[in-house]
Amino acid sequence: MPSNSPPTINSSSTRDAREPLLEITGLNSHYGPVQVIHDISLSVHSGELVALVGGNGAGKTTLLHTLSSLHPPSAGTIRFAGHDITRWPAHRIVATGICQVPEGRQVFAPLSVEDNLRLGAYRQHRDSGWVRQEMERVYHLFPILDERRQQLAGTLSGGQQQMLAIGRALLGRPRLLLLDEPSMGLAPLLVEEIFRVIVELNTQGVTILLVEQNARAALAIAGRGYILETGRIVKTAPAAELLADDDVRRAYLGY
Amino acid sequence: MLEQIFQFLVTGITVGSIYALVGLGFALIYNASDVVNFAQGEFVMLGAMSAIALLAAGLPLPLAAIAATLLTALVGLLLERFAIEPAKGASVITTIIITIGAAIFLRGVASLLWGKNSLPLPAFSGNEPIQLGGATLLPQSLWVLGGTVVLVALIHAFLNRTLLGKALLACSVNRAAAQLVGINVQIMLRLAYGLSAGLGAVAGILVAPITFSSYEAGIMLGLKGFSAAIVGGIGNPMGAVAGGLLLGVLEALGAGLVSSGYKDAIAFMFVLMVLFFEPTGLFGHKVAERV
Repeated sequence: MPSNSPPTINSSSTRDAREPLLEITGLNSHYGPVQVIHDISLSVHSGELVALVGGNGAGKTTLLHTLSSLHPPSAGTIRFAGHDITRWPAHRIVATGICQVPEGRQVFAPLSVEDNLRLGAYRQHRDSGWVRQEMERVYHLFPILDERRQQLAGTLSGGQQQMLAIGRALLGRPRLLLLDEPSMGLAPLLVEEIFRVIVELNTQGVTILLVEQNARAALAIAGRGYILETGRIVKTAPAAELLADDDVRRAYLGY
Repeated sequence: MLEQIFQFLVTGITVGSIYALVGLGFALIYNASDVVNFAQGEFVMLGAMSAIALLAAGLPLPLAAIAATLLTALVGLLLERFAIEPAKGASVITTIIITIGAAIFLRGVASLLWGKNSLPLPAFSGNEPIQLGGATLLPQSLWVLGGTVVLVALIHAFLNRTLLGKALLACSVNRAAAQLVGINVQIMLRLAYGLSAGLGAVAGILVAPITFSSYEAGIMLGLKGFSAAIVGGIGNPMGAVAGGLLLGVLEALGAGLVSSGYKDAIAFMFVLMVLFFEPTGLFGHKVAERV
């Protein structure tokens, strides 16, 4: 298990010592008249792997959509690396280094694996040397993609599409990687493989916010965790504590 | 008889080239936004009419043609910016109705500016017919064919060889994912409208010496271009080109062998047949996705 919890977690007095990379304060979000996100506050420090777990319909995806500006918040602020990015348009959020691997992969089906990765680097394309190098890194991380560079993304298996979606986000040069249910619909062995890569990326220094319904797997690799229920954060603690917490175990871990 | 059919083919390919260019314009905007832009025919008309007007104002023909193309592209861009963009978030149907409104508006403006008569544009390189294996060919037809080949090749290269072109495609495939890789979808849409309008304008200018143009010339050309896009499988740019050529040839054969009165009926019957037997078009992507 990576030990990536920053020293500031349990003590609010030292929290000011280092501003978090991502800081969400009092965030609310609606779909029409229905409020989906209630007053959420959450922070991620540089280098952390933070898990946000919750059941179906808890608002996980809405929160990530709001973060990436695919959906406007109705109240609250989002600060990232010292900037208030609450009202920034989606393309600017990506440019500043928040890259999302969306729920259900969402690869560009009629385009090749290589083109999907190239488009991932849409905001970085001027730095062609870096793009080439990063593409090789992704191919190294997922050798199966290397074998299928010219294959159309839509013809890949679910697991391969998930790898491609992660690779595509990495080419956006993330300072914060958002992962939305990367385990969804995958066989246990593939989930293990994907989670192994997530840990590897984190050890290499990528800050990660992992959103998962698979609470056990997510908390097992995370440093800290948040529990989301019907749009509210109901608990936050180091991941190991959450794994041992009786309420959490009953509600999310099933034992 | 064989010579006659050859003649029909030549005519058909010429007319079909124009349908192909208009259809390509439809496909570009559809690709970027799932919207069928019914003002596409008006772009064709605006290109031709403003070229005619600029020529009358004293500009040399090549310059008038270029200026008219740019002007029409600008109109396309402005249409997107001030009619489509404010309706952001509206349904596709609403947006399509906006484009119909825009078409009527552009037609009205054209009739006020240039009157209701058909106006000619001089042929680019004379009217001396060329004999080609028994068929007669106007030099302007060669301009149409050549222009189409060049434009189609350019658009094809743009969509398949450049990052910008692929980004445009990405917007149509998955808008949310396109935003998540940092593509500014709004700018892409403006690009699609500008490009389609410019493309339509060139089609209009190329064909105006043969067919003349008037404020309402865009209606039928728009419908034929739309048909071309449907036949080819809407959203498939090169399908639209093939659809346009096919439509033009069928129309010419029908007009020559049956009766010229049935020309349009034959074209539209063909579209109905295609939709009946192959609803996604002859070259359309089969709608199937792995989940």
